[in-house]
Amino acid sequence: MTALKGLALPVALLVLWQLAVVLSGMQSDTIAAPDAIFAALGRALTEPAFWADTGDTLAAGGMGLALGFGLGTLSGVLFGLIPPVGRVMRVTVELLRPLPAIAILPIALLIFGFGYRLEVAIVAFGTCFPVLVLTEAAVRQIEPRLSEVARALALSPGARVRKIVLPAVLPRLFVALRLAAGIGLIIAITVEIAANPIGLGARLMQASNSLRPADMYATLFWIGAIGWALNWGMLRLQLWLFPATRGAAQ
Amino acid sequence: MLETTGIDATKSGTQEVLRVDGASVRYGAATILDGVDLTLNRGEFVCVIGPSGSGKTTFLRLLAGLVAPAEGRVLFRGAEHRAPSREIAIVFQDYANALLPWRDAEGNVSLALEAAGVPRAERAGRIRALLSKVGLAGSEKKFPSEMSGGMQQRLQIARCLAQEPDVLLMDEPFGALDAMTRQKLQDELLGIVRDSNVTAFFVTHDLEEAIYLSDRIVALEPDPGQVCRVFDVTLPKPRNQLSTREMPEFLRLRRELFDFIERFEP
Ligand SMILES: Nc1ncnc2c1ncn2[C@@H]1O[C@H](COP(=O)(O)OP(=O)(O)O)[C@@H](O)[C@H]1O
Ligand SMILES: [Mg+2]
Repeated sequence: MTALKGLALPVALLVLWQLAVVLSGMQSDTIAAPDAIFAALGRALTEPAFWADTGDTLAAGGMGLALGFGLGTLSGVLFGLIPPVGRVMRVTVELLRPLPAIAILPIALLIFGFGYRLEVAIVAFGTCFPVLVLTEAAVRQIEPRLSEVARALALSPGARVRKIVLPAVLPRLFVALRLAAGIGLIIAITVEIAANPIGLGARLMQASNSLRPADMYATLFWIGAIGWALNWGMLRLQLWLFPATRGAAQ
Repeated sequence: MLETTGIDATKSGTQEVLRVDGASVRYGAATILDGVDLTLNRGEFVCVIGPSGSGKTTFLRLLAGLVAPAEGRVLFRGAEHRAPSREIAIVFQDYANALLPWRDAEGNVSLALEAAGVPRAERAGRIRALLSKVGLAGSEKKFPSEMSGGMQQRLQIARCLAQEPDVLLMDEPFGALDAMTRQKLQDELLGIVRDSNVTAFFVTHDLEEAIYLSDRIVALEPDPGQVCRVFDVTLPKPRNQLSTREMPEFLRLRRELFDFIERFEP
């Protein structure tokens, strides 16, 4: 019911938008009517090239996310478990973290050139830090008694990480993954709009440059739908796997 | 010949397991324990009493190898003991924090077996035996969050027994439990200690509990923590919740301990 009520406003805006375009008889290079947008989206969904672009964005973003999440988790666990290492690295992390990921685009472009690797690198850079910070905090907040249990049982460092640390931080690790996935999609699209000639971002730019507003909005809606579906799916999964995170889920 | 001597020593109960020699513990500038001496023999049940803040927990952590002495030594089976060992099990006071909330009862006991490298095939049988030994048969699949305080403490004890320890260190393990559960667990614990010939070091602030369980009671005085007196408990075994507590010797010790502890109450 609440979901339906929530939909009322966007639907009403679309109807108003449609009415305004029809009543004013407007011809525009920047604005399209909703019916034209949905027609364009319907057409696009039958084109293999559209799906190839979608695949490119998801693949580059996904690989970057995997890399960033892996690096972030690894260093987060390391920094959290060995406080001296965490202290030494803190300044470096705090200097790099506020840097907008897209700001390293020029450097990454020189190193990698156009293509997948450019996008993977920037997405990895942008997702690594939030995951690192969340993981390190989660590791530090593990019940100290459990660390003593690990010591009392003389667990090896590897066994301690596998049997105590990772299971203890798993719910919060998943929250970090969900947040990083959202960030990753934003960065992937941004890189494609700014420079990289692949994926949905590049398709968006082409539609804009060739003055095809209906195609442009159709792609925009599609990107929004992907982002929404991604978050929805991961949130469901998180609540199903870790019911205790319900409070902190949103 | 050598073997026979070993068995004789075990039987007479004088085989030394843990020894503390003039050990002091400091946190920063504060001296928490000052020149403590104690010898624990095989199969012995020793309780530690003392006013709050006298260093009972610190004493236990020293024996566990969780803190190192600033002065003096801790010897485990004759060798210097500086890091925790699987042969010394610790039952923590806050059982809820000491259990893995994401593992069920079986899984929590299994942790100790995994740590000791027990092959997977052997684990299931041993886990079942241990859980039934502490009265948790039928609760194998329960998670700690689904258990009462008494059950959680039983589970922690089962995990400690899975280590097949020589020494069982317990920090006010029954302090948070109701009187009935506490008495039941006291008797079960005495049975377990007798059967497995483990050495027990038991911190409590309940003086009657100390007398009921002990062969020996170590009384700590605070500021800084020192062994102030040692009381030998010669009450007959097996102990009984009703008759032991009515014996003249029990009442005499109770009086003596109350007089001792009263000096430190404000
Ligand atoms: N980690 C610590 N750092 C500093 N002081 C501590 C620490 N642990 C205990 N103490 C101090 O040592 C004294 C003895 O503590 P503890 O061994 O817990 O006593 P008890 O168990 O007899 O109540 C207390 O004064 C306490 O404040
Ligand atoms: Mg204490």
